[in-house]
Amino acid sequence: MSQLELKRNKVLEARFVADEDVLKHISDNGGVKVRKDRAQLALNVKRFVKKLENISDDDEAQEILEEQNYVAVLGACAEDSLRNGPSAGGGKIYSFQTPKRSGKMAELASELAQTPGKNVTFDSSQYPEKPASTPQSSKKYSASNKAQLKSKKNEFVSTTPYRLRKRLTAPSLRSDSESDYSASCSEEEEEDKDHKETSDVILDQKTPSKTRAAPTPASKKTPAKKLKEEMMSNLVEEYFEAHSSSKVLTSDRTLQKLQKRKLDQQTLLVLLNKAPPAFTAELKELNQQHESLFSKWMLQLHLGFSIVLYGLGSKRDLLEKFRTSLLQDSVHLVVNGFFPSITVRSILNSITEEVLDHVGTFRSPLDQLDLIMKRFKEDSSVELYLLIHNLDSKMLRGDKSQQILAQLASLPNIHLIASIDHINAPLMWDQAKQSLYNWLWYETTTFSPYLEETSYENSLLVQQSGSLALSSLTHVLHSLTPNARGIFRLLAQYHLENKDNPSYPGLSFQDFYQRCREAFLVNSDLTLRAQLTEFRDHKLIRTKRGTDGVEYLLIPVDNGTLTDFLEKEDEDM
Amino acid sequence: MSTSSVSKGCFVFKPSSKKRRISSPTADYFSEGKNDSEDSGLRFATCQLLWKQINSETEKIQEELNKQLFDNLISFLRQSHSEFQTKKTEWMCRMKTSEIPTAALVLGVNVTDHEVTFKSLSEVLQDNITPYVVSLQAKECPGIKHLLQKLMGQLMDRCVDVDLSEEEECVNISQKKIRCSMASLSKWYESVTKKTGSETPSKKRTSSSRHWQFPPIVVIFKDMESFTTKVLQDFIIISSQHIHEFPLVFIFGIATSPMIIHRLLPHSVSSLLCIELFQSLSCKEHLATVIDKLLLTTQFPFKLSEKVLQVLINIFLYHDFSVQNFIKGFQLSIVEHFYSQPLSMLCCQLLEAKKRVNSLSHNQCENIRGLPSFRRYVESQISEKQIALLTEDSFLKEVTQTLLEDLHIYHENYFPVLRCLHVFTTSLPKYPLGKQIRELHCACLGKRVWETEEYGSAVQLLRMLAKAELVAILQKCVEIFTSSSGKQFSNTVEKLEEFLLRFQNLEAETNEVQDVSVSSQKELQKKTDLYHLQKTLLELKESKRSKKLTKFEMLRFEVVDFIDSLVRSYLAPAEMQTLNEVVYFNTANILREHLNAAPRIALHTALNNPYCYLKNQTLKSDVGCISNTAPDICIVYKLHLECGRLINLVDWLEAFSTVVTAVEGTDPDSVATDQVDEIIHARFIRAVSELELLGFIKPSKQKTDHVARLTWGGC
Repeated sequence: MSQLELKRNKVLEARFVADEDVLKHISDNGGVKVRKDRAQLALNVKRFVKKLENISDDDEAQEILEEQNYVAVLGACAEDSLRNGPSAGGGKIYSFQTPKRSGKMAELASELAQTPGKNVTFDSSQYPEKPASTPQSSKKYSASNKAQLKSKKNEFVSTTPYRLRKRLTAPSLRSDSESDYSASCSEEEEEDKDHKETSDVILDQKTPSKTRAAPTPASKKTPAKKLKEEMMSNLVEEYFEAHSSSKVLTSDRTLQKLQKRKLDQQTLLVLLNKAPPAFTAELKELNQQHESLFSKWMLQLHLGFSIVLYGLGSKRDLLEKFRTSLLQDSVHLVVNGFFPSITVRSILNSITEEVLDHVGTFRSPLDQLDLIMKRFKEDSSVELYLLIHNLDSKMLRGDKSQQILAQLASLPNIHLIASIDHINAPLMWDQAKQSLYNWLWYETTTFSPYLEETSYENSLLVQQSGSLALSSLTHVLHSLTPNARGIFRLLAQYHLENKDNPSYPGLSFQDFYQRCREAFLVNSDLTLRAQLTEFRDHKLIRTKRGTDGVEYLLIPVDNGTLTDFLEKEDEDM
Repeated sequence: MSTSSVSKGCFVFKPSSKKRRISSPTADYFSEGKNDSEDSGLRFATCQLLWKQINSETEKIQEELNKQLFDNLISFLRQSHSEFQTKKTEWMCRMKTSEIPTAALVLGVNVTDHEVTFKSLSEVLQDNITPYVVSLQAKECPGIKHLLQKLMGQLMDRCVDVDLSEEEECVNISQKKIRCSMASLSKWYESVTKKTGSETPSKKRTSSSRHWQFPPIVVIFKDMESFTTKVLQDFIIISSQHIHEFPLVFIFGIATSPMIIHRLLPHSVSSLLCIELFQSLSCKEHLATVIDKLLLTTQFPFKLSEKVLQVLINIFLYHDFSVQNFIKGFQLSIVEHFYSQPLSMLCCQLLEAKKRVNSLSHNQCENIRGLPSFRRYVESQISEKQIALLTEDSFLKEVTQTLLEDLHIYHENYFPVLRCLHVFTTSLPKYPLGKQIRELHCACLGKRVWETEEYGSAVQLLRMLAKAELVAILQKCVEIFTSSSGKQFSNTVEKLEEFLLRFQNLEAETNEVQDVSVSSQKELQKKTDLYHLQKTLLELKESKRSKKLTKFEMLRFEVVDFIDSLVRSYLAPAEMQTLNEVVYFNTANILREHLNAAPRIALHTALNNPYCYLKNQTLKSDVGCISNTAPDICIVYKLHLECGRLINLVDWLEAFSTVVTAVEGTDPDSVATDQVDEIIHARFIRAVSELELLGFIKPSKQKTDHVARLTWGGC
């Protein structure tokens, strides 16, 4: 029993340290003194809770009181007299979730996973399990109970909490030595220790308890809504709170630890094609609604308005359909705004060169614009439809570009229809530009994925076009002498040998020269230097001066590409 | 040919010339995609005609409103360089001070309307003062060099326009790429004026006798505030050096306040200018005139309903103060009305409409029967007539003709009475029914105005008007009614004139009354007995109390009651009129959607509550919570709302896969191998990059595998 109590204490500790952690994150990071105060406070609370534990074994009341304390601690930092303040309702508890907690997303995820698409209601069969998630329960107990929970829950919902817990704990177990969550400030030693010790416990317990708290009657309103209400009230304060400290508490896990290779664009597409399309019927209906507007658009374009489409979902297909169904017999220009190197210049060039068949160059885009305007004004029979996908793309959103496009749109025989996606897109236009554009807004929410639009983007998770680098690598090397190729091979091989060494600085020039000499590739270091200059010009290598003043050589290509390259070279030989 | 490529962002499509469509296909689009294509041609023609009329009317209004301002400007310009014309030497003496005459034109914040004003201004100036008018915009002149280039370019072109005979020479000059400097400008001016002066004075007289021998060069800075201070200062200083060589006048277009000149230019520069201030008409007055001339008239058959007008006025008042945009909204409502209402073909002048009624097809008759206002009308008829109306087309047409006439008469009566009421209400303190006639118009269009609280209080206040005011108002009303076209108002006018007459008589009467009171007072003075004095005083008091209403008060009551009866009989809301749908455009939300859209809200609802768009039962969920079957991007968005400034991608991915796998109901053991399904990974990648495109997140370098959130507060 005493052992159990000890354990309980430990668990209790864990909980409060975690809260402390959060508190530290939320309130400004005051000096050590404040923190110490708080630690003491936490201690007080601990004692109190222990006392309380003796008094009542009603878990729910306990939980509320605990939360109340939690609120009190955070609300009145240094004083702990609020303990017997007004009893906090469920609303209070939930309203306090606004400060972002690191585990919050996982919680919501499991919540969402539980929220059935098929309207399953949670019945009271949950309540018996309540003790399972309370902090008093020992780890072991909790685990066993969890299994029970799983089996019970299986009846009406999926078992996500369990799986989530497993998934969440797994990585941290793998990397035992380091904490899963990093508070970016240094902690007091004991706290740190506690933290480490219990981090997985927190993960273990916090999530399920929260997820189960959600469907209880105490919180009829969904937390998200509460969240929003609360947000409205002190939005401003929260904003500055979140931005005042440079520290952000997020978990330290990286994608590399997931042992997941980065996908490249090709495989991504293939995989996405495999994914089952959802809501096809509804999407089709939406699209049909929009398509019925086509002739109206044409009418309004002809009457001198420009049309801008907004709303979630790619509008490319819609515009394409508009183009193919109505514009086949007229001169039109399609501009892919999302194309990474699109410029106003190129748009103007295609108008002057291809539409107006003008030969000659221009000093500035303004001159070019003048000519276009003149030509279109002179000859009213020339008509041009201008379709711009993503008028708000990075390349076109500049003030000058918008000014030029607006002036184009103001011509009576240029008809502009464009789409915007960015949430702040309308900020591009001031009054003057808006009146030049003469917009009519149309909401076309399509929900279709932005496949084409994002395909150019150097997304975080997509591998940076490795194939392109590989081809450029081979192209450059094929134009070199065999000796030069050998030099590069040597470097590449050395590079790959050291790929697992995180502190690999690169190959020093002297070493490299030695090796090249041994392989009979160069006869003097001057030749090698000349060769390296060539490599550097083609961005095949990079040089870096180390701390000891020695020059180190590096290949700025990722290892996978390099391996591919070497394999290919071997084949060729 | 596809429009996606990795090497190119612009694609031009040119159909072969024979396939190219030739002209006026606009009407086709009008009828396309509509079931009731009949009469659409007629409808479109009516629509275009109406718009043309309205457009020319607005232009006329603009012209009239600007006339005063332009006249002032012209006289200023004439005066500014009159010395230069007469005695050159003297003028030069004056110009030793090198002050440049400048007109500061305060135009107000409605920048979008300025373009039109400047256009007509330069036309007027070219007609009346000088061929050399240059308009410059800030965005064309980032540096002094560009400014001079622009200036020279426009002047040279102008010169070509003026004398075609000299064209070749001028072209030569411009092709030689003369150095753009003030010196060359003055040389050019000298040559031009000398030529016109010496060459053939007679010819010059005939061709452009309006201009003097030395027409000034007018430089218009359209948006003075946006010019870089440096450019402006340099230009002014340089020109002041050359002012003795040719007459130069500046016109500054100012959107804010004249103070800006002194803020932009230091004293040393502004002292080189001789500034005179001109104030253009405020946009509010402009709008009032536009509403008065376009909406409060029977000239145009098309009408706006209360809500539509409210939307347009709100956009004007709360967003841009732009009359141009108001007119644009008006145009859009015309187009929408004719596009969506098949019966709008009857929205034309009364005679024409009657003719068109005769040629209505059966379908159109059915359309009439379907109108709610017509149904109300049918229900109020006796049963035989009801049957006839619903079955016989010919009878229906007859009735429709009379109904249209009624509608016309309603409008004819409505506007004079409205103006009359407005005259009354504007004289009241605190303006219970609004200061502007448009507010009163909105109030009357929407509901029975006499049932509103504001009207009640207005009438009460009217009953307390002083006589002089009342008489003045009545006179104005008489004017309004006599000038209106309605014939029904002869009685009203008579009545009003009778009131006026009675007021005059009252004046005589009151004189008598005064006499009486004077006499009584005399009596009072006579009595010295205290008892009698008290008695008479009491009597006087009594008489005052009992005689509640003087004759004037009675008359005032009568007048107010008469006005009230006018209001009740003529200012009935338009929605009550039968066949009002034909001429009234009332889908205000279309207008709001297209003119004053809220793209962020649309995005937010789509992400938060996809059920709004995808009507699938599985997506139905409580407020603020979304179902886990929602599209990927919605789930990812929802999850990201839970995070702070930075988001860990791994956590995000895991949370996402938790949700998604729960939906698919896959066996938990299969996923237990820590590896997230590749497909889910791919879907996650897509959703995240979509959020990036939408501007919710951006990659962050602060921590590995983290993204930064760009929004705050759930929207």
